[in-house]
Amino acid sequence: MSEISIRGVMKSYGRNTVIHGVDLTIAAGAFAVILGPSGCGKSTLLRMIAGLEKISKGDIAIDGKVVNKLEPRERGCAMVFQNYALYPHMTVADNIGYALKVAGVSKDERAKRVNEVAKSLALTDYLGRKPSELSGGQRQRVAMGRAMIRQPKVFLYDEPLSNLDAKLRVQMRAEIRKLHNQLGATSVFVTHDQVEAMTLADQIIVMNAGRVEQVGTPSEVYRKPATRFVASFIGAPPMNLLEAKVTGRTEVAIGSRHLMTPHHGLANGQSLIVGVRPEDVSSISGETLNVSFVEELGAQRFVHGTFEGQDFVVQQPPSDSSDKPATVVFSIRPETIHLFDAASGLRIEPVSVTAPAPAFA
Amino acid sequence: MVERTRLFDILTQIVLIIGLVILFTPIYIVFVAASHDFKTVNMIPMPMLPSGHLWENLTKSWQQAGFSHVMITSLIVASGVAIGKVVLSAMSAFSIVYFRYRLRLIFFWLIFITLMLPLEVRIVPTYAVAANALSPVQGVIDFIASYIPQVSIQLPEWNLLNSYEGLILPLIATATGTFLYRQFFLTIPEELAEAAKMDGAGALRFFFDILMPLSKTNMAALATIMFVWAWNQYLWPILIVTDQAHYATAAMQLGKVVPGPSFGEPPVWNTAMAATLITMMPPLVVVILMQRWFVRGLVATEK
Repeated sequence: MSEISIRGVMKSYGRNTVIHGVDLTIAAGAFAVILGPSGCGKSTLLRMIAGLEKISKGDIAIDGKVVNKLEPRERGCAMVFQNYALYPHMTVADNIGYALKVAGVSKDERAKRVNEVAKSLALTDYLGRKPSELSGGQRQRVAMGRAMIRQPKVFLYDEPLSNLDAKLRVQMRAEIRKLHNQLGATSVFVTHDQVEAMTLADQIIVMNAGRVEQVGTPSEVYRKPATRFVASFIGAPPMNLLEAKVTGRTEVAIGSRHLMTPHHGLANGQSLIVGVRPEDVSSISGETLNVSFVEELGAQRFVHGTFEGQDFVVQQPPSDSSDKPATVVFSIRPETIHLFDAASGLRIEPVSVTAPAPAFA
Repeated sequence: MVERTRLFDILTQIVLIIGLVILFTPIYIVFVAASHDFKTVNMIPMPMLPSGHLWENLTKSWQQAGFSHVMITSLIVASGVAIGKVVLSAMSAFSIVYFRYRLRLIFFWLIFITLMLPLEVRIVPTYAVAANALSPVQGVIDFIASYIPQVSIQLPEWNLLNSYEGLILPLIATATGTFLYRQFFLTIPEELAEAAKMDGAGALRFFFDILMPLSKTNMAALATIMFVWAWNQYLWPILIVTDQAHYATAAMQLGKVVPGPSFGEPPVWNTAMAATLITMMPPLVVVILMQRWFVRGLVATEK
């Protein structure tokens, strides 16, 4: 088990800075998921931990030891790549055992360990095959076997599931989590898929444009998004974000409508962003949504439309009718509201005069 | 297949057949000429059907041109060029593709420029270097010595004329193979190099364990092309070899077998063509043997 600490890490290519100072600690044995849209620097961060990218500034320490100058093999990390990166000319057994061969492990010892790993991944029958003769899921498992055989302190996953079909992805997700629990190593998993992040992680690191937006457990990230970006990135469909103006201590105005909010303690006239998740919108009448289309998902339906000229989505229970209503009534309960600063995008915590609502807990 | 209609099929067949006829006619004439005796081959017009003197002509030209010796010389030179070329190209392409060093672009362009300067263009300076392979180094030393007299050193002369090195090395020093390899290395996913790095393999390990096995077909294709190319070299050997008794190549010998004083006037086309047939054989055998690999190496890379 190894703790990974990342201190003030920056990465720039020439003048172009892609990671602007990341401070982060990943606890020993934790499953950390770095989540963000493409191009946010999440893979670069992972590759810096692996030693495949130079660190422009700052330190990365594994197990308390700064590894900035160490070669990948000296860091005790193993990596699973997005396209598996199996050696096409080697058999499955050779692929898995290559790291041991390089390390000079004897042939018998190697065969023994390859067999053990293959057994735990149900690959025993395929040891003599070439990667091109395997299915996507099997290749994925070979890639994992290749990482496991070195018994690394840290597992790094670079979007390993994105090339699999939906069903296999769910299955491999479960296998990866199971493996993590068995092996007890620290895992860092990069993905742009929030479902993968929510289901796998002990700790989610949300990144955007080279910065860490929030670090927290899946439920923290969902229930208490630290920034407007996190609120808009987590959840499907994402949180409704409405521009509003302060009109009272517990009141804001969205267009011509006034809305009760938790006690925010802001001055009148200040602009802010009001966030409500579609699933938190109540069906009690109060406000009116001009419906543009309905998304039917079976277990629930999402009604998309505009509210005071701004896009808004309401979740509704399943219904037999397939008609598209022209309008839908809804209301927003104050305790389900998230507030964000309009300029900085940072979360505004309610002032403690109002008891924290259950939704925030 | 782009299109599949009967008419189109027939048309493509016709085009192929015409191409085949154009390619094969000269070879057929060589074969016919080599199978006649001295009198009939010089008739005008020359008969277009083969006759029965082939074996006789072959043995005659084999002895007269001393093929048992020059064939071995050519074999050594062509194999040397093929092997040297593969090794040099693989290594230089490896350096250009997988390493990021300051002079990389300069080296890349230096290699690239040799593409624009084939041996025929730079034959005089190449000859000067072959006469004394250390002369460029000596030149640099002399230049420095003109400012700092202390470094003045007189290097020994290293003469490559009349030697296998002289026949082989200048033919190796071109960029064609480097580019073939570069293109191939660029198709190998970067993750493969990274995976090898994560597995603890250093640069050389990666080169020998991963890149070399993956480029087997490329190697075969390049070696085949280079073997044939080196076998057919005429200008360079004839320049550099003055000791014809020991270092003449098969292609050089052909030049002497075609009409010339060594066989008496008028031109003895039948033995000359028989010698041509003999000279054609080794490259043909190499191409046929390597064909399976060769085509795969040029068409696609197996993944």
